[in-house]
Amino acid sequence: MEPLYVLAIAVMAGVAAYLLMSRNVLRMVLGLLLLGNSANLTIFVAGRMKSSLPPLVSAGETTIAVSANPLPQALILTAIVISFSLTAFTVVMLQRSHARLHIIDTDDMRFAEPESAEINLQSSPREAKQ
Amino acid sequence: MPSDLLLTAPIAIPLGALALTTALWRMPALQRHVSLAASMAFLAAAIALLRATLDGTILATNFGSWPAPFGISFVADRLSAAMVLITAIMAVATAVYQLDGSENTDRPLYQPLYHGLLAGVTGAFMTGDIFNMYVWFEIMLISSFGMLILGGTKEQLDAGVKYVTLNLVMTTIFLVGVAFLYGATGTLNMADLAGKVQNIDNPGLVTSLSVLFLLAFGSKAAIFPLFFWLPASYHTAATPVLAIFAALLTKVGVYAMVRTFGLIFPVTEMMSYIVGLLAILTMITGVLGAASHFDIRKILSFHIISQIGYMLVGIALATPLALAGSVLYIIHHIIVKANLFLIGGVVRKMTGSYHLKSIGGVHRTAPFLAILFCIPALSLAGLPPLSGFWAKFLVIKPSLDLERWYLAGTALLVGLLTLYSMLKIWNEAFWKAAPTPSNHDRTEATNVGKVGVAHYVAIISLAVMTLAIGLNPEPFVTFSIGAAEQLTDRTAYIHAVLGDSDALR
Repeated sequence: MEPLYVLAIAVMAGVAAYLLMSRNVLRMVLGLLLLGNSANLTIFVAGRMKSSLPPLVSAGETTIAVSANPLPQALILTAIVISFSLTAFTVVMLQRSHARLHIIDTDDMRFAEPESAEINLQSSPREAKQ
Repeated sequence: MPSDLLLTAPIAIPLGALALTTALWRMPALQRHVSLAASMAFLAAAIALLRATLDGTILATNFGSWPAPFGISFVADRLSAAMVLITAIMAVATAVYQLDGSENTDRPLYQPLYHGLLAGVTGAFMTGDIFNMYVWFEIMLISSFGMLILGGTKEQLDAGVKYVTLNLVMTTIFLVGVAFLYGATGTLNMADLAGKVQNIDNPGLVTSLSVLFLLAFGSKAAIFPLFFWLPASYHTAATPVLAIFAALLTKVGVYAMVRTFGLIFPVTEMMSYIVGLLAILTMITGVLGAASHFDIRKILSFHIISQIGYMLVGIALATPLALAGSVLYIIHHIIVKANLFLIGGVVRKMTGSYHLKSIGGVHRTAPFLAILFCIPALSLAGLPPLSGFWAKFLVIKPSLDLERWYLAGTALLVGLLTLYSMLKIWNEAFWKAAPTPSNHDRTEATNVGKVGVAHYVAIISLAVMTLAIGLNPEPFVTFSIGAAEQLTDRTAYIHAVLGDSDALR
């Protein structure tokens, strides 16, 4: 099973890298999502996949011999919540920036670092843009 | 005080302040005062923590009373306690500076985000669990995202897109590194990892893991060539935001590097040369970037990068004295850099612009501010007797001891170039006559604001700290050396966290 998961992680990370290198901000968000999910799968595989028995200690005993590893699931759950909120934030921010800037191509986003700005003797670039 | 309380208070206070300021979101003036009071309480908690660790004790506690390698540990040695204290000092200074509520700091969400950032930074400094550190990083990041784009201007949204994307990619790489580390060792507790990573009989794997963490923390610390998010975004933020970002965010990355390379992956000879090379390139690119700009904020932002290089030198050399240099450098740099940004904010309020070509004459209109500027500016360049001199001395001396003369040489050269940048700000903003008013000054007039007493209180107290370190360096140097000794001797840390339960391993 594990080689299949590793292949899936590789494909997801590759696609994520491709999408992140796009200049379209929407694709970048999709890339971030995929990258986050490939990281989550990595945690899952790192916890080993030996058994699918739930990690429940039966009555009267204090240890269990064979069960699924519960820790990666706790980690992934945390990571999913975090990546969900960050993605939600990113999408809202991109929506706002599209509403303000009307740009989705990152190459055209030059408001923070104007190209010809550096030694402009007459006015500072920041004020000129406003 | 019990160590549980000492360790949890610096986290609980910002989190409580976050909740309280959120509840008060309709009353921005009250919010700011609550924020200041909470920062003061945070400072008190941080002082108590430092006092408890000053004699070399390492405090540790486990949340939920789960024993150490299984539960989440919080640990405070000298380095962590010092970092928490300096965070608290910055929290108070910034809370004082923003008391007048200018530059969007009166927005209802600003104060909650501010305390969220403080909680995230403090958590990252104190956690003893590598996955937990990832969580604190994310808390810190999402607060910083909100604070950066709070004004909603075009520049901020543009900068926000780049800042958010690059930082999210890099924290994901951190998460992947944590996953691999867990897969290789089966533990996430940093003290436990210290022992278990040594047992991996695959040096290639250990090197790849350490490089993965170098990549993740290096981008957070803005080292060459991973610094692009910083100059693309920092200069768009409001002054208090900029000050707290400049003071804390990159230093969390440096701290994480010091911690992981001190504890989990001891620096090998090859790693030492790689980090040393990165340090040189970081110093040089940062200072050259600063030299090419004429906007106060951009100059100072690039100087953050170049100064990170000095801290890397200590990590690369990894001797007690070199690490002490890094520790002192972090402390000195946080105070000085935040102060420079605050002074830059005051200059803008007086003249209406950050751009050196369109401002001038501050020396005449505000001679006292000009003096206050000289203290952090000359300290940044490393002139004696200011704090930067001692910090640089502690970095350069061990590089010469180990005959890594190229590190020492670059550090000295970059110090000279830093002086050039500071002189540029001095000549243009303070010394030269104010340029004749032209058309665009009408728009700039809207940026001019009233400079309150609170601004000066914040700036003066930070300047006094710089002078105090500079004129009386002995206790600070001794402390840094003590902190570095704890970093190089891992057994004390491991013992404090895991106790005598070595049978577990």
